[in-house]
Amino acid sequence: MKIFFLILAILSFSPARASDTQQVMDEQPDAYCHWQVTDYAIVEPLCGLVGKAQRGREIVSDSSRGNCLACHEFPIPDIEAYGNIGPPLTGIASRLPTTMIRLRVVDTRKINPMSIMPGFYRDPLLINRPGKGYRGRTFLTAQQVEDVIAYLATLK
Amino acid sequence: MIRVNKTMLLFCSFILTIPATMALAIEAKSGYEYIEPETRATQDDDFTNPGLFAVDRGQRLFNNKQNSANKACADCHSEDGTKLDTKNIARYPVYSEDSAEIITLQKKISRCRNNNAGDKALPADHPDLIDLETFVRNLAIGEVVNVQTDGAMTKLIKQGKALYNTRYGLIDMSCSHCHDMYVGRMIRGQKISQGQGNGFPTYRLEPEEITSLHQRIQQCMTSMRAEPFETDSNEIKLMGLYIMSRSNGLKIEAPAVRY
Ligand code: HEC
Ligand code: HEC
Ligand code: HEC
Repeated sequence: MKIFFLILAILSFSPARASDTQQVMDEQPDAYCHWQVTDYAIVEPLCGLVGKAQRGREIVSDSSRGNCLACHEFPIPDIEAYGNIGPPLTGIASRLPTTMIRLRVVDTRKINPMSIMPGFYRDPLLINRPGKGYRGRTFLTAQQVEDVIAYLATLK
Repeated sequence: MIRVNKTMLLFCSFILTIPATMALAIEAKSGYEYIEPETRATQDDDFTNPGLFAVDRGQRLFNNKQNSANKACADCHSEDGTKLDTKNIARYPVYSEDSAEIITLQKKISRCRNNNAGDKALPADHPDLIDLETFVRNLAIGEVVNVQTDGAMTKLIKQGKALYNTRYGLIDMSCSHCHDMYVGRMIRGQKISQGQGNGFPTYRLEPEEITSLHQRIQQCMTSMRAEPFETDSNEIKLMGLYIMSRSNGLKIEAPAVRY
């Protein structure tokens, strides 16, 4: 059955469980890599990293990491309920080149400033009042973002 | 590419227009309308509403004379508090011309306790103070929230609204994103409400605690992976005031039961 209502958590990445926070706090954040927008795209991979599609597929369905499923439909079987706040991402790679997908995942508000979609790799200095344990961090690490992009690039 | 951008622009203007029209057109609805029927039943039944324990504790404190003045609140406001004017209780938070500040019901109680009952003033959100607040607010159950919106309040409410519409934390969303634009949608199994203040202090089934409005604001901020505003800070008072002004016209439900 197709589910048109958002039954899943929109943002179940929000519950900051004590254990998560602890884990986050124990590790030093990676150094932030700057990126550049040209023609609605980010051409260079973040920090020059290479993504792995298989890991990316896990990240999009993980509510404590990408949680993209909360807002988007994906061609992943056995998911009970997708969100419909954002457009389905099935076939995204035939609609957008990888470089444009990168900007949408990194900071979609460069295109739509009012977007509800979080920027997954924004300069931590731009975050207003980050919680303790999240200071200096991006939503996803550069490697995770590249993994997600590598996965999206397979959705032809 | 051009197509994409047109869609984006359309989407953009769509989103931009929502908050403006919503503010005008959408009527205030209590969080009660968005909770599960079982939770409503729990709230409505005096035998099952766990918030009533806080009311009882509050009433005991209200009748307590253990202080330097040997005076209980009850000595001046009657044992069951019936001498307090419920119409006035429904007006909190109020603006004090004298001290040029927002006075929450908690602050009023704490000051009255300090000035008249000879007890130390309690810090905001002290458990005893929340119990007293729950008792006093419960006296006004069914009364309609009636926060002043003119005069000095106009500017303060505007400041509170600006804070409400600001993005916070790693999820980088504003309160308005959820409580204006996505009302009625599901998140973590909960239906998002308008985030109204008429039910406070509220008993939360998780974490099983009586919760003040300011504490609830802090809890939402924490779940946004943001650093919450400090207890009794100017910001939290402004945000609380704005929320209560949105609740004008809604019936007081204290203690409401919410997830
Ligand atoms: C809170 C909801 C939300 C979450 C979570 C979310 N998105 Fe989005 N996404 C949107 C919306 C809404 C749009 C539509 C454009 C806009 O408003 O910015 C969008 C647009 C996109 C687009 C462009 C689609 C197109 O057809 O042009 C891509 C790609 C995308 N999202 C990827 C992701 C990925 C990958 C994740 C997880 C890492 C994710 N999104 C998480 C809401 C979300
Ligand atoms: C010695 C008498 C006395 C005692 C004891 C006392 N009060 Fe009061 N209280 C007053 C008076 C008089 C007012 C009205 C003047 C004012 O607003 O300060 C008042 C006002 C209030 C109000 C505001 C009502 C309104 O109409 O705005 C609240 C609430 C209140 N008291 C609660 C309490 C609580 C709770 C206690 C005990 C912790 C307490 N009072 C102890 C005399 C007292
Ligand atoms: C990601 C979505 C989201 C954001 C952003 C958010 N909230 Fe909430 N809020 C919720 C959910 C879910 C609940 C519990 C269900 C309900 O009552 O809406 C809730 C409940 C509340 C309540 C209690 C309502 C009641 O009837 O008991 C208040 C008050 C509130 N939020 C205030 C805020 C404030 C202030 C902010 C900004 C600092 C904020 N929220 C940001 C999702 C959100």
